[in-house]
Amino acid sequence: MSRIENRFKKLSSQNKKALIPYIVAGDPINSLTVKVMQEMVAKGADIIELGVPFSDPEAEGPVIQLAHERALKNNTSLKDTIAMVAEFRQTDNETPVLLMGYLNPIEKMGFEIFASQASAAGVDAVLIVNLPPEEDTLLEQSLTAHKMDSIYLLAPTTTDERAAFLGKQARGFIYYVSLKGTTGASSIKMDEVEIRVNGLRQFTQIPMVVGFGIKNGSNAARVCGFADGAVVGTAIVDIFQAFQTEPDEIIQRVGHLIEEMRQAMDAARKITPLSE
Amino acid sequence: MLRQIGVVSYMASQTKQGDNSALLDMPDKDGRFGIYGGRYVSEILIAALDQLRSEYARLKNDPTFIAEYESDLKHYVGRESPLYFAERLTAKVGGAKILLKREDLNHTGAHKINNCIGQALLAKYMGKPRVIAETGAGQHGVASATVAARFGLKCQVYMGSEDIERQSLNVYRMKLLGAEVVPVTSGSKTLKDALSEAMRDWVTNVDDTYYIIGTVAGPHPYPMLVRDFQSVIGKEARRQCQALYGQLPTAIVACVGGGSNAMGIFHPFLEDTDVRLIGVEPAGKGLSTGEHAAPLSMGEVGVLHGNKTYLMQDENGQILDTHSVSAGLDYPGVGPEHAWLKDIKRAEYVSVSDEQALDAFRQLNLLEGILPALESAHAVAYGAELAAKMDKEEIVIVNLSGRGDKDIPTLAKIDGISIA
Repeated sequence: MSRIENRFKKLSSQNKKALIPYIVAGDPINSLTVKVMQEMVAKGADIIELGVPFSDPEAEGPVIQLAHERALKNNTSLKDTIAMVAEFRQTDNETPVLLMGYLNPIEKMGFEIFASQASAAGVDAVLIVNLPPEEDTLLEQSLTAHKMDSIYLLAPTTTDERAAFLGKQARGFIYYVSLKGTTGASSIKMDEVEIRVNGLRQFTQIPMVVGFGIKNGSNAARVCGFADGAVVGTAIVDIFQAFQTEPDEIIQRVGHLIEEMRQAMDAARKITPLSE
Repeated sequence: MLRQIGVVSYMASQTKQGDNSALLDMPDKDGRFGIYGGRYVSEILIAALDQLRSEYARLKNDPTFIAEYESDLKHYVGRESPLYFAERLTAKVGGAKILLKREDLNHTGAHKINNCIGQALLAKYMGKPRVIAETGAGQHGVASATVAARFGLKCQVYMGSEDIERQSLNVYRMKLLGAEVVPVTSGSKTLKDALSEAMRDWVTNVDDTYYIIGTVAGPHPYPMLVRDFQSVIGKEARRQCQALYGQLPTAIVACVGGGSNAMGIFHPFLEDTDVRLIGVEPAGKGLSTGEHAAPLSMGEVGVLHGNKTYLMQDENGQILDTHSVSAGLDYPGVGPEHAWLKDIKRAEYVSVSDEQALDAFRQLNLLEGILPALESAHAVAYGAELAAKMDKEEIVIVNLSGRGDKDIPTLAKIDGISIA
């Protein structure tokens, strides 16, 4: 069983939902990334989503764009990012790590080289924002051969017909994009997201997490009333931006935010016991 | 491997009864030109691209739509554009006849309007009240703002803050046309970042917004539909050349940034395999300096802005900053059909430096009384060089894609002249 499957199974047995924070590798310095990953796990993160820096992150809002720019000032590469996962694995062999990024750095490295190195480092899954599954089946084959999952996005604009197709392709979990827009856009309409996520369940058996627009503990708790997890990116990266010259402050404040979200998510579960 | 298949099927079709129809059948149903093209976008945009694909497939055969497009090309844009014999330039060069396809005489001063009329009509027929566009030199922005005014659509144009500085005339012009110019300060603050920002806008406002992409790049179906709208250039040039001179040209020369004016003039000649098709990329300060924007000459295959193509990138797959004296060519990628035409060797791609382009710019002013856009001056420079090596009976058509009024401040600055 994969780390991702194990993690959702364990959470389910504890009546908990997944808290999935996103940071950009190498933001603002390479030596901070693994420390922040460890701190987030210590404070209650379940899966780490690690952004691979790219010069043209088309789907990101301004906060995460700047994080990519900070990382690229250090020339943080895909290879460096993979090395960070390997370092993280020296002390943590359970927390799943998902790489999220854009196709070009992976294409440049070569799909097979990427898949074998990422897998050896302990990467569990890959989400490529600008790669719908029909475009490149070769990468998918390499990932499968190296026992990694491809994580696919579903969006408010995804038709049912397409959701059925994506539902069949997807492994690990499905990432539902809660709003039309870029990362960090204005807050989400929870009732609409709930109806949609519930509707999409018919197309897949694997866990479905929600991201884009989740900013605090109460958002996360509300999302976890119907989804299997919450992805939080911009709210965390905001801290990196505000304290980019104070690495210790970043660790502490990111830790606090994760702790707050964890508590809010768990408290909400206790008030409304599981209905599944 | 797919690249091989693309080449093989082209070769096969050539050897079999001299049939080159495979050249015109591109892209395939998935929006591929060989391995290039495709739809590398976030899931949020897939539905909008599906809708655009099916609406375009319907409308391009709709007589009402076609009639409206053609009527506007004639009465609003002022087509057809002349195919002008540059007699003094030809005499100076001393070789083949140089003919200029005068896209600079179009309304708004460049070829960009051909595409914008077509896409604004698509927006109108699809019931989208708002259009967005990205722009580099500002020519596509001006053309988009123009058609938005013409059709009563709301318009926002994304432009890199560095380009806003370089092209203040066009910025003000867009404002006069009622468009809002949105400065883009991320990344290199030029065309590529404007394109990314326009995609972000589209992702957010996909329900009521039509995105007018200005070149033959982006996700399918854009490279195809922009080419189709621009191919009026080549259709006219082919007809005019035959009518005036009773022959086809030996070569066609056009500048290539994203590549829309080149694709527009090349496409109707693809099956005329005796006609050389030559795209001219900006070599900037020189290909060896790294400060250029010539992905077909120096780049490697990658994925950016929704399509697979040749890109200027570093060893880690990061997109490189580009340089060209002409903002309209200052882009690290190129339309996927050009990438394919290069691989199958149906088109050739060369490059011309800033200095050569500036020289051609001055020459065309002095010899023909024509002020070319700096973009087009790249094609003029190579066209003249090529014509010099050819016989007097031969013909070279240079696509004069736009006029250079917008570049006067750049030239004045180079000459150390201050103009208010």
